Amino acid sequence: MSSAEPIITTEGLTKRYGDRVAVDQLTLEVGRGEVFGLLGPNGAGKTTTILMLLGLTEPTSGRVRVDGLDPTKDSLRVKARVGYVPDEVGFYDDLTARENLRYTTDLNRIPRREANARIEEVLDAVGLGDAIDRRVGTFSRGMRQRLGVADALAKRPSILILDEPTVNIDPEGVRELLALVEQLRTDHGVTVLLSSHLLHQVQQSCDRMAIFVAGKLRACGTVEELAANLPDRWTFDVDVTGVEAPEQVLAGVAGVASCTRAEGRWRVHADHDVRTALHDAVVDAGGRLTHLSRVAADLDAIYHEYFTQASEQPEEVPA
Amino acid sequence: MTAVVTDTAAVQEREEVTTASPRVRYRGGWRIVAGKEFADHVRSVRFVLLVVLIALAGLASVHSAAGPIRDAAEDASTTPSIFLYLFTLSPDRVPAFHEFLGILGPLLGIAFGFDAINAERSQRTLPRLVSQPIHRDEIINGKFVAGLGAIALALAAVMAIVGGYGAFRLGLGPTSSDMARIIAFYVVAVVYVGLWLAMSILFSVISRRAATTALTAIAIWLVLTLFGGLIAGVIADAIRPVPDEATVAQVLDNARLDLNIRRVSPDQLYREATGVLLNPARQTTGVIITETVGALPSTLALRDSLLLAWWQLVVIVAVTIALFAAAYIVFLRQEVRA
Repeated sequence: MSSAEPIITTEGLTKRYGDRVAVDQLTLEVGRGEVFGLLGPNGAGKTTTILMLLGLTEPTSGRVRVDGLDPTKDSLRVKARVGYVPDEVGFYDDLTARENLRYTTDLNRIPRREANARIEEVLDAVGLGDAIDRRVGTFSRGMRQRLGVADALAKRPSILILDEPTVNIDPEGVRELLALVEQLRTDHGVTVLLSSHLLHQVQQSCDRMAIFVAGKLRACGTVEELAANLPDRWTFDVDVTGVEAPEQVLAGVAGVASCTRAEGRWRVHADHDVRTALHDAVVDAGGRLTHLSRVAADLDAIYHEYFTQASEQPEEVPA
Repeated sequence: MTAVVTDTAAVQEREEVTTASPRVRYRGGWRIVAGKEFADHVRSVRFVLLVVLIALAGLASVHSAAGPIRDAAEDASTTPSIFLYLFTLSPDRVPAFHEFLGILGPLLGIAFGFDAINAERSQRTLPRLVSQPIHRDEIINGKFVAGLGAIALALAAVMAIVGGYGAFRLGLGPTSSDMARIIAFYVVAVVYVGLWLAMSILFSVISRRAATTALTAIAIWLVLTLFGGLIAGVIADAIRPVPDEATVAQVLDNARLDLNIRRVSPDQLYREATGVLLNPARQTTGVIITETVGALPSTLALRDSLLLAWWQLVVIVAVTIALFAAAYIVFLRQEVRA
């Protein structure tokens, strides 16, 4: 499913802090130009994984390659190619947006003249062009988050890593940020790695996602693929007229496991596609089918399925 | 991200950065960190406040020293290095300038170091900083260098103000050998304040909170520089008591022990070193009894004064290096998160 050649690969990546396993045998591939989501509850090992990708933490075992480089050996060159927006990104409050970004471009050895143009460009791109000479201390959280993205973009990264970018900002801010991510991918072909514990917020932006629980990779793929792997995916909403005991009729169809009342309709759970059989049963009983729709395994179901399994296990690493 | 860049060199540079070719060498990152930190220090309110505070104290002591020197200078024109007395004489119970610097100088070191690392943590700028193409040790190295630079600048400013005022009051400038001694004094003062900088950086690495670091450093400063003498005296009297009809030997024993206990404090080492460097007539860093003052009516060359203060200087430098090394090691072993 990953497009083109992978830009990030990990093989059996493991990180232990003493007895705790923060990341356990992670094997993953992210394609060039993909928007990839790292999803999981807090403490699932997302940030630890990101730190290993950047060479900021040494893996206990396993292999990582980022854009063909080994972050543990070639940390500086990896860091020059990867733009990282940490969880709750911070800036020097006494400095202006421009001054903060200039420090970053200096550290990336970008010549001043080139840097000035770039700083204006990336601040315009994130919609902070007007605030360029304002002290960052006056910025709202959403503005800081966008400034974080601008800061990461100033080095023209081939990979952009956003750690929990949607935490602590309002829904409108989230929408703007995700639109920005989308735009970066389409306009500049940047590979984006996005970590979040909020599946709802990021799912429409991600091509593929990996679900992390307690340091282990639970599932990886598109939303559809994740949904397809759920056991409970033959669920239908049914509405009928002219039948005296619809519940018995519906439940009597072969393959139907249960029939319950939900949201003014009958919700039928089955082990295979029973749509025609449901229709036939209702007509045979002398009634008419006024509504029949399949309930897709939605995000709630995915979330519940993968994440709540996890909460039954002790969380191993505090965030 | 298609900025119109006509400059070919810039285009090339951009190419190199985006593709991060092996040709780009990310060396000397500490200089960038140091440059930014130095600019922050120099533009900060604390820099101005401390320079003003120390300069005022220095002016007070030089002012009070200048009067007696002027009176005495009439008949003592043969005395070498009259100018240097400005820094060492303390009439009217006002401490001499070099003593003032020993007491107030540490504040400079503490001010530029106490939030070096923990402020980066509390502002959450550290993860962003370490994810740039620099080595981690370059962060702490750059900060130490920047702090030392700010201290050097602050002390140079203070000495220029104080020395200039002294020259004006005295109507007399320093001779070239005075200048050499003043520069030696300046270097020792910078290293001495650097010791306090290294200490406060170490605390800023260990403790999460800048307030804790500042208070700890200030507590140590108070004990070592202000109360150190009192404590040393009490301990010395307890171990080597001086009865009413004490012998000379007993008094000397007490004084020597007192001095050795004081030497635990870097302030005492600094005082001994600078005392010798600023006073060519002073021939010992040990206990001085009135009988020995002027016993050898000669003055020392700067070289000899340096030899006399040698071990004090070595200890100050060694402690500074040890404190910084500790900060360096602890910082490198810390996780980025935490």
